[in-house]
Amino acid sequence: MEIPEGPSHTPHRAPRYMAIFWWLLALTVLEVFASMKLPIGEGPKIVLLVSMAIVKALLVALYFMHLKFERLSLGVTVSLTLVLALILVTANLMQWLFHSPSTVMPPR
Amino acid sequence: MDAITIPHGMETEAGVGLPDKKLGMWIFLCSEVMFFTGLIGGYIVLRFGAPMWPVPSTVLNVPLTAFNTFLLICSSVTMVLALAAIQKGDVAKTKRFLVATCLIGASFLGVQVFEYHHLLMIEHFTPSKSLFGSVFFTTTGFHGFHVFCGVVCMTFVTIKMFRGKYSQQDHQGIENIGLYWHFVDLVWIILFTVIYLI
Repeated sequence: MEIPEGPSHTPHRAPRYMAIFWWLLALTVLEVFASMKLPIGEGPKIVLLVSMAIVKALLVALYFMHLKFERLSLGVTVSLTLVLALILVTANLMQWLFHSPSTVMPPR
Repeated sequence: MDAITIPHGMETEAGVGLPDKKLGMWIFLCSEVMFFTGLIGGYIVLRFGAPMWPVPSTVLNVPLTAFNTFLLICSSVTMVLALAAIQKGDVAKTKRFLVATCLIGASFLGVQVFEYHHLLMIEHFTPSKSLFGSVFFTTTGFHGFHVFCGVVCMTFVTIKMFRGKYSQQDHQGIENIGLYWHFVDLVWIILFTVIYLI
């Protein structure tokens, strides 16, 4: 009986790593600028900063960790972890949304 | 019933079609996702649940940490270039990029130690001073510990590379430490935004 062989990822051209680097650098500079200088409200600023951080994280995961070129089964496995992580953060936020601050941090 | 003979040293592939060691690294990273989600989730709840919270930029040195973020991004690039080089069989370039990754990773730790020293000794911003101090040092400290472990493992892999243990055909060790290193970079990208910028 033969052992199935084959690459663990789909064949692909090497991504342009330096282009990804410049994107990451530009987004970092934009983040710092937006955080310290952009005259917008706290809510929109948080959405903007978190969005840029998610884009940077995706660039690292998809291109540097080669998740984009891996088998679908690995992507599904990792995605399930992210779903569980999202549930955990959402459950934490529920406590913040539906309880007064005093229940989160009891006064001394 | 057919018997399967697996030659010694041969990489086997598990159900998801990945080499065992690589699958093991991904499972480990998934557990690390939950670990850091717990820390970051706890930070978010405490931050938004607290009646008073300092503006991070008034306590922390954001430009210095932005530079540290730049360092970690650079180290991710050198790491991925090292993997690309060994996949092409360019041993000399692989060695150079691995050494660069080790040095840049150690520099990140150096800057973090400097930051901690400044906060603790000069600013007197200690873990026991406030809730912010407590979660700041816990979260960034655990990340720093991960970077330290990464640098140690990377040094080990680099030494093996110099001893000729890796080749174009067999470079699983480099790929695995690379996955770990990029994950540490990815976590820092989130931590930098959540703790320092928001």
